Amino acid sequence: MSEPIPRARPIAAARLMKRVMADHFLRLDEAARDPSRKVAWCNSVGPGELLHGFGFEVYYPENHSAILGATRKATEYIPYANARGYSPEICSYLTADIGAFMKGFTPLKKAYGIEAVPRPDVLVYNTNQCRDVQDWFRWYGRHFGVPCIGVHTHRNIDEVTDTHVASISGQFQELARDLAGIAGHSLDMDRFRDVVRLSARCSQLWEQVLRTAMARPSPLTFFDGTIHMGPAVVLRGTKVAVDYYETLLQELRSRVSDGVAAVEGERFRLYWEGMPIWGKLRSLSEQFLGLRSCVLASTYCNSWIFNQLDPDDPFDSMARAYTELFIVRSDPVKEQYISRMCADFQVDGIIYHDARTCPNNSNNRYGMPGRLADRLGIPYLTIDGDLNDLRLYSEEQARTSIEAFIEQLDQD
Amino acid sequence: MPLFAGVDVGSSATKAVLVDEHLRVLGRGTGDSGADFAGAAESAFEQALGQAGVTRDIIGYVVSTGYGRGNVAFANAQRTEIHCHAKGAFHLFPRAITVVDIGGQDNKIIQVDRRGRRLDFAMNRKCAAGTGSFLEEIAHRLRIPLQDLSGMASRSTDVTVSIGSYCTVFAQTEILAKIRAGIKREDLARAAMVSVARRVLETLAVSNEVVATGGVVAHNPPMKEILSEILGVVVHVPPHAQHVGALGAAITAAGK
Ligand code: SF4
Repeated sequence: MSEPIPRARPIAAARLMKRVMADHFLRLDEAARDPSRKVAWCNSVGPGELLHGFGFEVYYPENHSAILGATRKATEYIPYANARGYSPEICSYLTADIGAFMKGFTPLKKAYGIEAVPRPDVLVYNTNQCRDVQDWFRWYGRHFGVPCIGVHTHRNIDEVTDTHVASISGQFQELARDLAGIAGHSLDMDRFRDVVRLSARCSQLWEQVLRTAMARPSPLTFFDGTIHMGPAVVLRGTKVAVDYYETLLQELRSRVSDGVAAVEGERFRLYWEGMPIWGKLRSLSEQFLGLRSCVLASTYCNSWIFNQLDPDDPFDSMARAYTELFIVRSDPVKEQYISRMCADFQVDGIIYHDARTCPNNSNNRYGMPGRLADRLGIPYLTIDGDLNDLRLYSEEQARTSIEAFIEQLDQD
Repeated sequence: MPLFAGVDVGSSATKAVLVDEHLRVLGRGTGDSGADFAGAAESAFEQALGQAGVTRDIIGYVVSTGYGRGNVAFANAQRTEIHCHAKGAFHLFPRAITVVDIGGQDNKIIQVDRRGRRLDFAMNRKCAAGTGSFLEEIAHRLRIPLQDLSGMASRSTDVTVSIGSYCTVFAQTEILAKIRAGIKREDLARAAMVSVARRVLETLAVSNEVVATGGVVAHNPPMKEILSEILGVVVHVPPHAQHVGALGAAITAAGK
């Protein structure tokens, strides 16, 4: 008979995080109803610092859609967007979010008593991650009759050159001119620098948090990471986020020094490449606990590490930070990156999540798993699924594949 | 001496195998998985016991596998069907092989090295393409009983007939068009099997001898030659191909 499944070890800072996230949404809700305050919508790796520099309250639709996914509401609302001509093959963050909006639903109501997502004064995107954010924001731009503006980033690049940086930095500066018109005042450079400084600090702390997983046993899992990255996504550039990660880091460091494992009896250490499957975080995390295997590092959680941010050179450093991101880079650079991660975190196997509706985060599609397996001598597994659309996920098949993968690691 | 049992509760059929400590097979059982996995496991197991002429108390250890592996109350442990098919196939062909298991609802391709270690595996995507249920649908469309599909395919005279779409629904419309164009059912039956073999080809690179297992190859003799032609390698179909997973589970139960 199988042994009882060990229980997940809750992270104490989670309570603080809940409060921090609640305050964030409540503040946005107030701002949206206060004519003297302005709300900007931004994509998750968009120019949040610039928006805070102008004093906008910043709302991130991807975060909202991930909540739809995690609360298992996404699949219910995706079909409404499909029926309006937004294909089931495109980003299911977009389709879930727009579908829910069409039906007047938001998970913020149940969580915080908020009736609707905050009305934007402007929508700002960066195509560094994909084209879908632009199409997504434009839908809302048309709906609310507000400007939708953005930055167009180079994609699939090897090295980030000065030409790339100059182009993006120039676009940020143009964006600042447009934003000044909407904000009704020009950019306060001191404030902007301060935001960049706080964002850089948040990014450093978040990186340190994730790097605690290098310890054996790891004090945190990828699944913890997907929850605790919330403030790094939606509050970077604020002191609240910095304070939060200081608290979290302290807790994880003491776990490491006390030898406390996120997965009791950790036998295998795994890397997750690709998006989370938001509606299945808990069942996946429990399955890995039962298999005594820790998914402890990922490309995804690392996406909110922006090492280049520099308050003394805010425009250029932002341009560099947002172009150096993994998602913007070519396969050789991505492979180099994953190789380094696997070495640093002493990884035994890589799991690729082929998220049907997000080709941008599904790096298994151009032969990378085979190349990396040859290079690193580490086996891999590909799971077919999706970030939000659970119609595209076969739980039984994924569970069996994961179990069989661990059996395969076990035979060595 | 105790005996060891493996029970493979697949999506369509449930299989049981009993072995002794030398891994000689003493009994087999088969049944429909239906909607009662626990009952199906019980009855396949009983059949195997009956065939071996033994009673339950002589069974030392039971390993369950397959979709319904969690429903076998009398199992001492569970292993995945990936593990068990690799184990069973390697026992029968102890060399570097690729195991191709084509089941009712999914297929699995498993690479095993010359020492029996698994190197890699892949399962099909989330649809009927390349599985037994694809053939069921096609048989239904051709209005022939499933068990006649094989005989019909072996009477095919035009091997150039093919079904291009792998989506079961698209394949059905394609077949309608072909029936309208006067193409013979025999050729369409074979084309359906070629389609299944092609899905295998797409799932994982196959470089060595193939051991084909599962109900689809067990019940459809033309599949062997078709797989060999499509994959370009030697294909073995062991006797009792449907029981290879249960055999692997029994071998695991014996601790081998
Ligand atoms: S990167 Fe993928 S998940 Fe994110 S917005 Fe773009 S398409 Fe959607």
